[in-house]
Amino acid sequence: MNRASAHIHGWLLLLPAAVLLAAFTHFPAFATLWHSFLSTPKGARPAVWVGLDNYQGMLEDPVFWQVLGNNLWFALGTIPASIALALLMAVWVNGKLAGRGFLRMAYFTPTVLPMIAVANIWLFFYTPTYGLLEQVTGTLGLPSHNWLGSQSTALACLIVVTIWKEAGFFMIFYLAALQSISPSLAEAAAIEGAGRWYYFRRVLFPLLMPTTLFVLVNAVINSFRLVDHIVVMTRGGPDNASALLLFYIYEVAFKYWDSAYASALTMVLLALLGAAALLQFAFLEKRTHYQ
Amino acid sequence: MISARNPMQPGGWGRALETTGAWLLALLWILPLAYAFWTAFHPPEFSTRFELLAPLTLQNFANAWAAAPFARYFINTMVLVALILAAQLVLCTLAAYAFARYNFFGRDVLFMLVLVQLMVMPDVLIVENYRSMAALDLTDTILAIGLPYMASAFGIFLLRQTFKTVPRELDDAARVEGASSLQVLWKVYVPLARPVYVAFGLVSVSHHWNNFLWPLIVTNSVNSRPLTVGLQVFSSTDQGIDWSIITAATLMTSGPLLVAFLLFQRQFVQSFMRAGIR
Repeated sequence: MNRASAHIHGWLLLLPAAVLLAAFTHFPAFATLWHSFLSTPKGARPAVWVGLDNYQGMLEDPVFWQVLGNNLWFALGTIPASIALALLMAVWVNGKLAGRGFLRMAYFTPTVLPMIAVANIWLFFYTPTYGLLEQVTGTLGLPSHNWLGSQSTALACLIVVTIWKEAGFFMIFYLAALQSISPSLAEAAAIEGAGRWYYFRRVLFPLLMPTTLFVLVNAVINSFRLVDHIVVMTRGGPDNASALLLFYIYEVAFKYWDSAYASALTMVLLALLGAAALLQFAFLEKRTHYQ
Repeated sequence: MISARNPMQPGGWGRALETTGAWLLALLWILPLAYAFWTAFHPPEFSTRFELLAPLTLQNFANAWAAAPFARYFINTMVLVALILAAQLVLCTLAAYAFARYNFFGRDVLFMLVLVQLMVMPDVLIVENYRSMAALDLTDTILAIGLPYMASAFGIFLLRQTFKTVPRELDDAARVEGASSLQVLWKVYVPLARPVYVAFGLVSVSHHWNNFLWPLIVTNSVNSRPLTVGLQVFSSTDQGIDWSIITAATLMTSGPLLVAFLLFQRQFVQSFMRAGIR
């Protein structure tokens, strides 16, 4: 095969995928930037250049700051907890505990279920007066509480659902990593007289570092991407107490039809995801097992 | 001395304690699903009363099935999932082959541009993609739900890694036999990458079976709504608070995936593992 035909063949093979990628990933990303500098067309009034007005409005929008804060809490609430649980699950499933098959199935099942479906089930858990949670707290003699309907607990309820859904998914990656670790390491550690906790902390955990980083980046992305359960469980309420950034974008774009402001908000989301990408790049480039 | 048992497994009391912990966590994890099963298979008056001898019934499923066009939603979802998977397999295979085995102008830059999609997913570009679909006059079609996902950066990446491990000698041998580029791809590369295709297929199907926000935005009629959106429309408007019917509908929509998962558990877990290791 000569060089010219290699170029042409390569391009032809790539073309169909490249066209779709450009049309639905790269073009919309740039179009978002462009539209964030325009006004929202209304009726006969076409969109006009407004410069940074949308961003100015964003900085003055208390709801924007609230959803950004919510998203931060959501990330802080879901990421460390789901990663820690995932690691614990993986260590347990990887060990020779009784009923290992059932354990693995139980941990992993939430991953294959649609978020929209499990959110319906959880919605009933949290329902006032006759939901399961209310029944449990009721028999314990605790005061009645509207879990999804009060500003102090709505976001926490969503965090619990997310951890439940994500932990089993992340477990898989830890499990894969654990299975690739040679058992001779454990034997060597035992001969050296290392305890189980010491072995975990000084041998396993450093070896799992690349997996942790991979899972971490995924968890960060998910914390900005998962909003399905909000639509079912709280619709962002009460008073935006449980709205996240992407859900707010959805509301602004498709409920208030303010597409220009939604574009500006999307730019913030893209910037956050870009920061996550840089983080991954910086770390995964020098993925070392030993510190 | 080498023992068969991993010395870092707990023994004695520690082992019993950890087994208990693992089981408690597993029961807690399965509780929502178990509860959904209870409610769906019992008459409404037992939805919060747990009696061992409560009568079993399939009436909730019948009611749910009759209350909304679930048959149509099922067909829509299956068409959607099949459409996306078929397109992904073809497009990603061709692109991955180009990236793995061709030295063409701008290859590395283009590969970086493909990887951008791993971070900037169609899921977050809803505003502009909706605008595009409206401009193409495609809103409220199954094609519109699938289009943004058909060129999957994840699939291209996964297959490129796999194709790169195929020995060059096999490639050369096939070409000496007179096979064309596409024949080599089809006869040498694709068969060798079979486990990766299975893994990618399972991940893709379960992802798109479950996808919600984008289909919610781009569809607005029974003709194109997938199950997830149909379930949401059904449970938020039609039913008030009849939980038995809602949980029955919920189980119904996740049913095929759940059954497939329980039957092919090992393949699922291994597929997600394989797909996750980059």
